[in-house]
Amino acid sequence: MITIDAKGMYYRDLNRLIREGIAKGVKKFFLENVNGQYYIGDGIKGDDIVINVNGVPGNDLGAFMDGPTIIVNDNAQDNVGNTMNAGKILIKGDAGDVVGYGMRGGRIYILGNAGYRVGIHMKGYNEQLPVIIIGGKVGSFFAEYMAGGVIILLGLNDTGDTGSDYFAVGMHGGVIYLRKKIDFSKYSKEVELYEADDNDMAFLKKYLSEYADSFNISIEDIMGGSFYKIVPSSARPYAHLYTSA
Amino acid sequence: MTKSSFSSIQSEYLALIDHTKCVRCKRCIQNCGWGTYSFGGDKIIADHFKCVACGRCYTYCPEGAISIVKNPTVIRENYNWQEYHIRNIWKQSETGGIVISGMGTTFKYKKYFDHILLDACQVTNPSIDPLREPMELKTYLGKKPSKIELDFNEEGEPVLKTKMPPQIELQTPFVFGAMSYGSISLNAQKAVALAARALGIVMNTGEGGLHDDLIPFGKNIIVQVASGRFGVHRDYLNSGIAVEIKIGQGAKPGIGGHLPGEKIGMDISRTRMIPIGTDAISPAPHHDIYSIEDLRQLIFAIKEATNYEKPVSVKVAAVHNIAAIVSGIVRAGADIVYIDGYTGGTGAAPNIIKDHVGIPIELALAQVDERLRDEGIRNEASIIAAGSIRSSADAVKAITLGADAVAIGTAALIVMGCHVCGRCNTGNCSWGITTQRPELVRRLDPEVYGERLYNLISAWSHEIQEVLGAMGVNSIESLRGSRERLRGIELTDAELRVLGIKHAGL
Ligand code: SF4
Ligand code: SF4
Repeated sequence: MITIDAKGMYYRDLNRLIREGIAKGVKKFFLENVNGQYYIGDGIKGDDIVINVNGVPGNDLGAFMDGPTIIVNDNAQDNVGNTMNAGKILIKGDAGDVVGYGMRGGRIYILGNAGYRVGIHMKGYNEQLPVIIIGGKVGSFFAEYMAGGVIILLGLNDTGDTGSDYFAVGMHGGVIYLRKKIDFSKYSKEVELYEADDNDMAFLKKYLSEYADSFNISIEDIMGGSFYKIVPSSARPYAHLYTSA
Repeated sequence: MTKSSFSSIQSEYLALIDHTKCVRCKRCIQNCGWGTYSFGGDKIIADHFKCVACGRCYTYCPEGAISIVKNPTVIRENYNWQEYHIRNIWKQSETGGIVISGMGTTFKYKKYFDHILLDACQVTNPSIDPLREPMELKTYLGKKPSKIELDFNEEGEPVLKTKMPPQIELQTPFVFGAMSYGSISLNAQKAVALAARALGIVMNTGEGGLHDDLIPFGKNIIVQVASGRFGVHRDYLNSGIAVEIKIGQGAKPGIGGHLPGEKIGMDISRTRMIPIGTDAISPAPHHDIYSIEDLRQLIFAIKEATNYEKPVSVKVAAVHNIAAIVSGIVRAGADIVYIDGYTGGTGAAPNIIKDHVGIPIELALAQVDERLRDEGIRNEASIIAAGSIRSSADAVKAITLGADAVAIGTAALIVMGCHVCGRCNTGNCSWGITTQRPELVRRLDPEVYGERLYNLISAWSHEIQEVLGAMGVNSIESLRGSRERLRGIELTDAELRVLGIKHAGL
């Protein structure tokens, strides 16, 4: 276990210290006074590594990450979990734009809200199932081009419409679960809305229990009420758009 | 009746069989990926509508019984209403679709390489005989420091104090352009990999992930990261010699790509890390790059993930403001900028884009080189020029206009039998190149074509040495960007100004 005081530290130095620590076999990192340093946990590997972040980490937190856990006790900025392969990122505040872009595996749990372009081109592959859970609401272009994986949008503390403009446009794989019904007619034409069935609820319970435990909130508060699920109408939304010369 | 028979569109080609020569061996039936031939009981019959003139059947007909001809009678010549337009109108009125095709544009735009002449030595400065004297073609791609510092060791010998940024060492100034597994077959990729290794140059995975069989070729591979992020993960980034961020492609600037679900079989699914049968959609932009600052962020995300050990290349299409764009890319921290001209190839692109968007690589290159020199940042990144480099002459001219190396794509496919029929998008390539059908892929022997690729690039390298000798320089380095050694012919003042060269005779 090591503690690094990141106050005033250049991101390259901070991340080099983390990489060097991992190379030496350190499993637990406590980063104090983090203030916008980019690329924390970028490209690191190892299922048993845990990075605890106090302060607000900068963009590309956990980009290309493959296994470790990052716990952020504050807000996070843009590009959390960019093209992440495995591991877990917990954010106890809000996250910025472009969460989980091209993410292929692992979990990103956000207690608060997330910005624009969440889950763009997320993809599942074999046993790898990326899961993003957002406690609050999201901005536009949510799940654009989503190709696989699961996004659960809870809309807790949100009285308005949880949906957003350009909701799930181009979605061609994966599942979105919503805790609140949205005015579906306003959104994407490439997806379909269903009420969650028992199988869905069992699946949700598994991930939402972990989510609730991570943030010390009660699962009953989250799971009360019915859920809705959104799936793409086709795995090949653009198949009929082209003709060969 | 075949489906095409319902169409009112006449066939583009006629597959003619000389039945007096044909011995009914049926090889043409097997060889055609498009199903043009069938056996009609006593003789071979051809469905002309299916023929795309890929040249496979007549190459493999043992009796020379086949000729493929352009359908001579169908469409009256009219310079305004060309066959291309008429056919597209017919096709689109029947399908309502965007017309797509493979390979680069077929339009007759001016080919600037063909209007540029090279210099040679006469009398006042001697030429060099490349057969006897060493001619250095070795090229390093990557950021070069603007100054170097030396230390001296105990013996008083100089040692480099400056830490050199990572470089790709090429034995000859060629690279193979990005062609993904999916757009081309694994056997085609293997042929390219074998050649790259034998030649001491590099190939590029394209946005298709890295197949297990190619992992041993890592030192000769640039791995690509594009907007779909297919197959991109930490180990992938670290498995090649460099990483390339693909922003654009010459054949289709500004748009993304779709590998149709029917081509996503088990092996491609594994390599791209996506489910079998879904469309592999590469969005038009990277959704984490909306500015030069964002590009910088991704470049350094990759550098962090690779411990600053790999040069990062950024590939863009040559478009109108290319000089400013490349300047921004270099300032964003790219070590290599790959510029793809509008005649570059593709597995599939809408014709509207391919035939009308982008600019020639020659003009782009001259402007980019000039701009980077003016700004004093030319050393910050190497430049790879691409977009139908057809010969060693094109390569030499590109390098003299300012490129560090050139990329070969279509030429490499031609080595494997490609006849540039432009129907790669169908996935039926009879040569086993742009197809995933096992019976077609199997016929492409990576060893055989790997060797032919080796031959081609070796021959071109020798030709470059000849030219260097004639110009009186003994290293490709000395020619780079020395536009004084070029002259234009049949070019306007504006064209000469953009190219930064004088007219022949001056
Ligand atoms: S390959 Fe030639 S000889 Fe053989 S069946 Fe076809 S046309 Fe006849
Ligand atoms: S690679 Fe493409 S252009 Fe070349 S022969 Fe095959 S289908 Fe035709």
